[in-house]
Amino acid sequence: MTENGKPKLAMYWASSCGGCEISVLNIHEHILKVDEVFDIAFFPCIADFKVKDVESYPDGYIDVCLFNGAIRNSENEEMAHLLRKKSKVLVAFGSCAYEGSIPALSNLTTKPATLDTVYFDNPSIDNPDRVLPQISSQVPEGNLTLPEFYNTVKSLDQVVDVDYYLPGCPPEPEQIWAVLQVVVGALTEGQPLPPAGAVVGAGTTALCDECTREKREKTIERFYRPYEIQPDPDQCLLEQGIVCLGIATRSGCGALCPSVGMGCRGCYGPPEGVYDQGAKMLSAIASVLDVGDESMEEAELESLIQDAVATIADPSGTFYRFSMAHSILRRVKNGKGAA
Amino acid sequence: MSDQFEPVIVGFLCNWCSYRAADLAGTARIKYAPNLRILRVMCSGRVDPQFVLQALLNGADGVLIAGCHPGECHYVNGNIKTLRRFTLLRKTLEQWGIEPERVQLLWASASEGTVLAAAVDRMTEQIRDLGPLRWSQKVLNGNGAAHPVAEEA
Repeated sequence: MTENGKPKLAMYWASSCGGCEISVLNIHEHILKVDEVFDIAFFPCIADFKVKDVESYPDGYIDVCLFNGAIRNSENEEMAHLLRKKSKVLVAFGSCAYEGSIPALSNLTTKPATLDTVYFDNPSIDNPDRVLPQISSQVPEGNLTLPEFYNTVKSLDQVVDVDYYLPGCPPEPEQIWAVLQVVVGALTEGQPLPPAGAVVGAGTTALCDECTREKREKTIERFYRPYEIQPDPDQCLLEQGIVCLGIATRSGCGALCPSVGMGCRGCYGPPEGVYDQGAKMLSAIASVLDVGDESMEEAELESLIQDAVATIADPSGTFYRFSMAHSILRRVKNGKGAA
Repeated sequence: MSDQFEPVIVGFLCNWCSYRAADLAGTARIKYAPNLRILRVMCSGRVDPQFVLQALLNGADGVLIAGCHPGECHYVNGNIKTLRRFTLLRKTLEQWGIEPERVQLLWASASEGTVLAAAVDRMTEQIRDLGPLRWSQKVLNGNGAAHPVAEEA
């Protein structure tokens, strides 16, 4: 990179799907502005950079690093430490870096069970010699190494200090652009940056605030899985018995999923002031279950509630779909959690 | 001093029934296991599932939630909400490999000091059989802890 005085931008993918990179490119013609303002210092998805390029930069050389993806293995962790050292501002970009997201669903099982599914017990796998990837293997040409696969998936802030969190799976392009504008303003015109540790590019309230569906008193007797019901186009999905995480999810996306009849998945994480999104969702959804009342016998009451709760197929996987690494207990005790 | 395992049980007891049951157990000098650490809440319906998870993370081996019998809640139906929440929480904890004996719900009215004492005795024995939970040390073992992250085996 030539020294031209432009601020340096980096984006890296750890354990992620690549959707975050696509959502950055999805800011359309604004990407030209990004290119105009920033020098790309490291962005493996769109340009050819090597780790040794980053290693050769002086500390703090990169002005803004958008780090997406969870910490799944030792390579992810190593890159997190390296990019932290080389970046002035490190942003946990997207749900995986922020709170574990889909990769962290494997915290509901164990490393041996995961490897077993991937390498042995799978209809499309033929592995008679039971070969598993090794951290180090000796071959005639020398020693070959692979990163170590961790038992527990971590969020970025469980490994290094993070300056900002930008939630979403993936973050919405207009939100990304809004955040980049703030950064550009700070770098070029000395405008203030948000306080360190802030969640940027999102609202503070629950998603229901920006959902246009009609909301009435919630009286839910049972839950339906999406294929079991044709939702009413105007009424609150939760009221119709469709699990919608909107009540325990941060606003910012414009309620995209509920607007097309799909319950909120929860990808923007917990709203301001909530730590454990899944526990809050569990608490809220159980309170609006409208079965049983105080006039019933205890046994009858228990069995009615038991039956209603049984209509939620996989509470852990549903309520913690995006926040397992950031949950209070962070993982399951043993392999039984694999649903 | 024996070296048998003494479980730590965090108890969320409602102000109107179960906390008074514990009071009664005290004034009536009922002997029961000293393993329960009692926290008074206004209603068992106040117990956020986050409280239970936080207790388990920070060293509790079990959590007891105790409230008024259904139909006797000071706030009419706070305990019905507790039961709904607890039922869903138990299903979730089961997926997490946490034995059902570790998180229990009990109805104990203000006159049921003996019921509360017996439940604490029973729960203490059940958890003693299960052994310590020690979530931070045994399950997380540095995994997912705030940085710096300990070496993983």
